[in-house]
Amino acid sequence: MTTLSDPPKGGFRLSMLINDTRYRSYTFQFIALIALIAAFGYLGSNLVANLKAAGLNISYRFLGEPAGYDINQRLIEYTSQSTHLRAAMVGALNTLLVAVVACFFATIIGVIVGVLRLSKNWLVNKLMGVYVEIFRNVPVLIWILIIMAVFVAVLPQPREFRGDDATASMVLGSFAFTGRGFYFPKPVFGPGSMIVVLTFIASLVGIWGYRRYAKQQLFDHGRMVSTLWPSIGLFFVPTILMFFIMGQPITLDYPALKGFNFQGGIYARNSFIALTFALSIYTAAFIAENVRAGILAISTGQTEAAASLGLRPGRIMNLVILPQALRVIIPPLISQYLNITKNSSLAIAVGYMDITGTLGGITLNQTGRAIETVLLLMAFYLIISLSISAVMNVYNNSVKLKER
Amino acid sequence: MKKSVFFGAMTVAALAAGAAAAGTLDDVKARGKLNCGVTTGLVGFAAPDANGEWQGFDVGVCRAVAAAVLGDPSAVEFVPTTGKTRFTALASGEIDMLARNTTWTFSRDVDLKFEFVGVNYYDGQGFMVPKALGVSSAKELDGATVCIQTGTTTELNLADYFRTNNISYEPVPIETNAEAQPLYLEGACDVYTTDASGLAATRAAFENPGDHVVLPEIISKEPLGPLVRHGDSEWGDVVRWSLNALIAAEELGVTSANIGEMSMAAGDNPEINRLLGTEGTLGEMLGLSADWAKNAIMAGGNYGEIFEKNIGENTPIGLGRGLNAQWTDGGLLYVPPFR
Repeated sequence: MTTLSDPPKGGFRLSMLINDTRYRSYTFQFIALIALIAAFGYLGSNLVANLKAAGLNISYRFLGEPAGYDINQRLIEYTSQSTHLRAAMVGALNTLLVAVVACFFATIIGVIVGVLRLSKNWLVNKLMGVYVEIFRNVPVLIWILIIMAVFVAVLPQPREFRGDDATASMVLGSFAFTGRGFYFPKPVFGPGSMIVVLTFIASLVGIWGYRRYAKQQLFDHGRMVSTLWPSIGLFFVPTILMFFIMGQPITLDYPALKGFNFQGGIYARNSFIALTFALSIYTAAFIAENVRAGILAISTGQTEAAASLGLRPGRIMNLVILPQALRVIIPPLISQYLNITKNSSLAIAVGYMDITGTLGGITLNQTGRAIETVLLLMAFYLIISLSISAVMNVYNNSVKLKER
Repeated sequence: MKKSVFFGAMTVAALAAGAAAAGTLDDVKARGKLNCGVTTGLVGFAAPDANGEWQGFDVGVCRAVAAAVLGDPSAVEFVPTTGKTRFTALASGEIDMLARNTTWTFSRDVDLKFEFVGVNYYDGQGFMVPKALGVSSAKELDGATVCIQTGTTTELNLADYFRTNNISYEPVPIETNAEAQPLYLEGACDVYTTDASGLAATRAAFENPGDHVVLPEIISKEPLGPLVRHGDSEWGDVVRWSLNALIAAEELGVTSANIGEMSMAAGDNPEINRLLGTEGTLGEMLGLSADWAKNAIMAGGNYGEIFEKNIGENTPIGLGRGLNAQWTDGGLLYVPPFR
């Protein structure tokens, strides 16, 4: 007598689309989809009709034409004779550069501040609280402008390094901190330098392997193997040895004041530094709160249990609290990374040529192709944001609670 | 539900944009106000004074058009636009005309579908440097850091000039003139480049204008003029001939001082009579009142008066007439006859 619970078989009737709960939701979803497509179709055709009435069209031909303008910060080869597409790529790389560097610093500052904000030291605790509240509650554009203005006004300009009565001088003879940006010595890789670089990479792998071995020893045999000094040794010794064996193939190109500006070395522009710094400390304030929330989400019993096992406070944080807290921290951290990437479009406020400045700024202006460039910009930011989400979700899956 | 409201709003917005394509002249008359796009603030050309009243050379053109169409030079809504937003503002119908020292170029005229109605200032791109640098020619600027206003023809001219002269430079793009000033004064850039008139105006606003020099090189032709949307020739004619009326008035010796007397009755000069509406039906042909040109000239005086008052040699900006003199004085100002 089990047939009673079986659903009635066969006989699909059209009325079931409305009356049967199994199909009803599909019906409504289908209607909603049609309505959505129709709405977008209407907007699209409206746009095309209005553009036609104004004698304009949608065309991406301009991407292949010479851009005609120069860009100061270029990570790839670019001249004013390159195409608009190339200019957009230069801008895209600049956006990615600022986003990656700002995410890196924001994470470090955020984690440190978040942990310190839980400190029992009253002064440290309150100072971090003030930092978080100030930076979280003032718009990031204001921070970018303030930092740029202070940067330009406070640091000496290259002209102050000039002449016999120069009021500013280079630090250690090789670093110049000017209102136009920072100049560092640049390593020049001569012949044979590849071997040195490869040695360095090999020693990094060696350090990783050694630490793995030490962990294995600890887990399998309960033996503590010292890791700190061997790691430091592995880090420096082989590379330095190889450097001298190969006859010092890597030299430094020092910046020097020539004409109007410092020439040579690595030049980090004031706009890049101000933008990265502003985005980092602004977003770090949010990350600090995420970190604090994550740590507070771990019950105090865990800390007490770890302490009763004899772990030192630093180890409790590293081995017990943070690994568990990461599960709570990572999802909001993803959205902070997305925020940094999107906020980097404020770059034009300080004249940093990101993709909004090249494709969405000068190219848009010179070609007048507003709709086309804005669509491209939207696609770019969408793709970047989704990629960041995807990567971070993979990481999130790797640290989240494994249910066995 | 939320989505449908959103789409409804989008549809309304799209329809409203479509409606703006009707005759601009009728729109302006019905509105009783002229929406005129100007700069966000460039002393001498368009900037609010201490009382918040917009003053300047470009503002004078806006007021003349408003006076010609509406009979009231104050019936203008000034819309500040940046180099980036100006064309979108005009194309979308947010403004009726743009008088924002905008260079007349082929692609703007043809590809962007605008109509330049004339030239109110013949300009060229120049360079300004601090005197202390000891630079006397733009060719000595190898390796210099150059501040440019982004979204203008200047950055293209700059790239071309430095490339053809085979010298390097570091461009620093700046959104507005106001943002460029502190960067230049603090020394974050060695050179500031824009139209020579803009340089003079910017320098006039400095604390010590004498510490800065404008280099002799003029690297481009920059005919600046008001523009309107393509495809509305009636409105284009109104703006064009309002500007022409100002220039013709100077040529014919009609000033704000003697215009009251001259427009009372037809005089000896038939062209003045036609211009001021005491003879013929020029105003009617434009769809305006007979005294349209009289109103336009009374708004701020003729071209020469507006020039002298805002950017002339006796103002802090101190620009000479140069190319902007009447053709009879060796300049380029030459308007077609009023007949």
